[in-house]
Amino acid sequence: MFLKELTEASGVSGNEKEVRDFIKEALEGYVDEIKVDRIGNLIVHKKASNPSGKTLMIAAHMDEIGLLVKDIDSSGLIKFIPVGGVDKRILVSKAVTVGDKKLPGVIGAKPIHLQKKNEWSKVLDIDDLYIDIGASSKEDAEKHVSIGDYVAFDTEYDEIGDGIIKAKALDDRVGCSILLDILRSDIDADIYGAFTVMEEVGLVGAGPAAYQIKPDVAIVLEGTICFETDELDSHQMPTKLGEGPAISLIDRTTVYNRDLRDEIVSIAEANNIPYQYRKTAMGGNDSGKIHISGTGCATAGISVPTRYIHSPLSVISRADYYNTYRLVLSLIEELKKGAI
Amino acid sequence: MNTKEFLELLSNGNGVSGFEFNLKETIMDAFSQYTDSITVDKLGNIIAHKKGTGNGAVKILMAAHMDEIGFMVKDIDKKGFIHFTNIGGIDPRTILAQEVMIHGNKDIKGVIGSKPPHLQEESEQEVSIKMEDMIIDTGFDKDRVSEVVSIGDSITVDRKMKSLLNNRVTGKAMDDRAGVAALYETMLEMSKMNHYADIYFVATIQEEVTMAGALTATYGVDPDIGIAVDVGFGKTPELNNSNSIEMGKGPGVLLGGNIHPGLRKRLVSVAGDYNISVQTNVWPGPSGTDARAMQITRDGVPALVLSIPLRYMHTSVEVLDLNDVSQTAKLLAFFGSSILENELEGLLCF
Amino acid sequence: MDFNVDLLHKLVSVYGPSGDESLISATIRQEISEYVDEINTDALGNLIARKKGSGKKIMVSAHMDQIGFIVTDVDKEGFLRFGNVGGISPDISLSQKVIFKNGTVGAIFSEPIEKSSERKLENMYIDIGAKNKEEAEKLVNLGDMCIYYSPFANNDNVIFTPYLDDRAGCFVAIEALKRLSDTDNDIYFVFSVQEEVGLRGARTAAYGIEPDYGIAVDVTAHGDTPKAKRFAIGLHKGAAIKVKDNSIITHPSVRNALIEIAKERDIPYQLEVLEFGGTDSGAIHVTKAGVPSGVISIPTRYVHSTVEMASKEDIENSITLLVAYLTMKH
Repeated sequence: MFLKELTEASGVSGNEKEVRDFIKEALEGYVDEIKVDRIGNLIVHKKASNPSGKTLMIAAHMDEIGLLVKDIDSSGLIKFIPVGGVDKRILVSKAVTVGDKKLPGVIGAKPIHLQKKNEWSKVLDIDDLYIDIGASSKEDAEKHVSIGDYVAFDTEYDEIGDGIIKAKALDDRVGCSILLDILRSDIDADIYGAFTVMEEVGLVGAGPAAYQIKPDVAIVLEGTICFETDELDSHQMPTKLGEGPAISLIDRTTVYNRDLRDEIVSIAEANNIPYQYRKTAMGGNDSGKIHISGTGCATAGISVPTRYIHSPLSVISRADYYNTYRLVLSLIEELKKGAI
Repeated sequence: MNTKEFLELLSNGNGVSGFEFNLKETIMDAFSQYTDSITVDKLGNIIAHKKGTGNGAVKILMAAHMDEIGFMVKDIDKKGFIHFTNIGGIDPRTILAQEVMIHGNKDIKGVIGSKPPHLQEESEQEVSIKMEDMIIDTGFDKDRVSEVVSIGDSITVDRKMKSLLNNRVTGKAMDDRAGVAALYETMLEMSKMNHYADIYFVATIQEEVTMAGALTATYGVDPDIGIAVDVGFGKTPELNNSNSIEMGKGPGVLLGGNIHPGLRKRLVSVAGDYNISVQTNVWPGPSGTDARAMQITRDGVPALVLSIPLRYMHTSVEVLDLNDVSQTAKLLAFFGSSILENELEGLLCF
Repeated sequence: MDFNVDLLHKLVSVYGPSGDESLISATIRQEISEYVDEINTDALGNLIARKKGSGKKIMVSAHMDQIGFIVTDVDKEGFLRFGNVGGISPDISLSQKVIFKNGTVGAIFSEPIEKSSERKLENMYIDIGAKNKEEAEKLVNLGDMCIYYSPFANNDNVIFTPYLDDRAGCFVAIEALKRLSDTDNDIYFVFSVQEEVGLRGARTAAYGIEPDYGIAVDVTAHGDTPKAKRFAIGLHKGAAIKVKDNSIITHPSVRNALIEIAKERDIPYQLEVLEFGGTDSGAIHVTKAGVPSGVISIPTRYVHSTVEMASKEDIENSITLLVAYLTMKH
């Protein structure tokens, strides 16, 4: 598991280099081919000693949501635009890092003492917010920051509660980490691994990756929506933490292949791996581009339930991580046998 | 330990109003280095006494509050999520997706959660989330949480102090630990000076809720002059000049209802004498600082307020300039030592 | 359980709105004078009873005043207009009976209002059945105060009546006082005035007494009815030990002593984090150089209504807890 290194690396969509470099190095010696394609996807090939006919692609995206510097005002405060689906309500009162040198900064807010009555009930627009790096003037700030610099949330990886992991960007470094573990394992199978770019800004990397690999079967590994409360009915909770990998039915971009899905479920049952269905049609991921690439392929979505995604921090269960890894490994074994 | 190191200990420590005892040792260790005696009163105010040459003929109280805003556990639900309420004034918009520390019978971490955007109608994102609709997720189930956490336990945002550019730092609880740090530097400065007046350096409790600390500490010390060292609104684009002060230009010397005009004149002239830059900030009515409580204690105490410029007050990313803390300490030290024998009556004369 | 329902019934039935507590003060004085060493009334009207001891000075405070109404105008037709004394809700007051000190009974009603949510006290009036101003003024004058007039009821589980706030607290204090066994502690039982209008009685009483510790006994709200706002306090779950309300964050030494002794003696208790309101301890703890203070709260549904409801068990447990705390070595 490389979640600490992967989640503490910065990889806002379009700026995945730090993440990519880490993965590349971690795979050195474990795969037979490594290449970075023209838009930044990292595509690796692990060959089997005795290759079967079907081409398997496993994809996980490297990028995360974040911010981008758009202007510096006269007092040296930094204006920004969001990258990816950032809920603007979660930005206030957070620590961030700016640029490749990871300059610390904060997003502040108007003191409550000076607010008008009920002002707090209004949502602050991105245009009302800015990053303070301690600069004394515009000129001072410009020595350290340029327009176009990427901004990431400053959140440390940590383990809390009973086997719970807290970090930023678990969507989808959790997929990257599981894919890394699989590629570094001693499984003897033919696997194309695709670490894609810019999923959060419109599934950009996945199409070109699939175009190159031409898979027959594709598995997309994700960190997916998880939300539970005391008050919600079970159909209102898309996934539950700690209850196993979530198998996708449908989302905004894909109707997942029924046969492949049923096979995954029977593999889970045969191997006593807990699983759950992803009970919502909301959201979308790289499979939307992969399953319609070229002549198309059978695609499955297997996800680790992740609470509070698209915010500076997210939460997963270590057990879900492990069970997702086991399920995907078992699936690869079955594919090898030509069972599907 | 220099002022910045002390401030870091204070900012990273925890002491929500009513739970300041968590900071007791840190502050007492620091204050006792430069003062003659130190006591903790019945409600928990830390009172350090530095004797002057006048044998107590004049007593000056310099107070900064050590409590911070935060949260309190109000219930634990069936899923083990913690429901909470605020202690002190908190904008609920500033706490979403925040990491927190719950101070139960031991400290445990948690995160403040609410519904993810994918599950919301677009229009919902235009409405801010109420504190009562947020929960704290500790990663434990109800039984395990309940072993550690009880209703009534305090909660702070889990934020470590960080340095920014230009001697500026960011962190939580700078309101008013910056003031406590300024007191520390003041006593250090004064240990190199002769002073007639006795100085009482007080780290007060519960300023953010009831000012119970300033009320009772002032009653106990019975000073001739009271000075509250607190934070003032640091200038940012959404604030106008009239209710904010600039960063890095020295403390604000408050002008207003709680302030004694004669003493304020002295304070400003001392600043001039020693080339300490100060700014004027105005608060016509009760100031919302400990000075408000000091002023009406016993038969009345002439009061002053020094404000350290602070941006984003009452968030977990408050920003201040350490130069302002030093300037505040210098001014307090020179002011304290400027009060001479038989001078007080003239100074206080209206 | 030997629950003295008759005494509680008596206590809630005696007139005593904030500022005019003389009748209830006399009632309590009569009830307790043989059990105490000293009993006095101070300048504001607080009734202060002392059980002498050589140990720590502890002040127990339960307020004897009630919320009510004060007459501000009598119109030509004999209808009375009024202001509130303490926290009075228009919704709850509509169609209630009220009673004045002299026994005059009236009914509260309202001018026709299109939207009931917009009803304010100034749209409401008291009808004492007078035919005109002259007749009304024979019974009631400007400045006279009245209180809710609604019957007392109880069953095996609960009491329901107006003015459990805070006659239930007075009841707890009186019963505790009667049951106190030997202790060195120097205990002052204060039946305070004018709590409902700003904790005024407790402030002056504490200044006079200068206690080492303060304990208020008062009612608190509930969170255990359909769709109630989340609040972890319910009926029949024990005496409530307050952590905070808007007037105080209770002192850890007092709060923890209450928790420890409740655990030790197996007295059911619950912890209270109240997001509004205040009680006498709010005034006591900031007296002079500070008084470490806490609160024992009686969980009560529908506070400030005519059907305030509390559990007999909870009240009994509050008495046991108070006695245990007062006889502890401090």
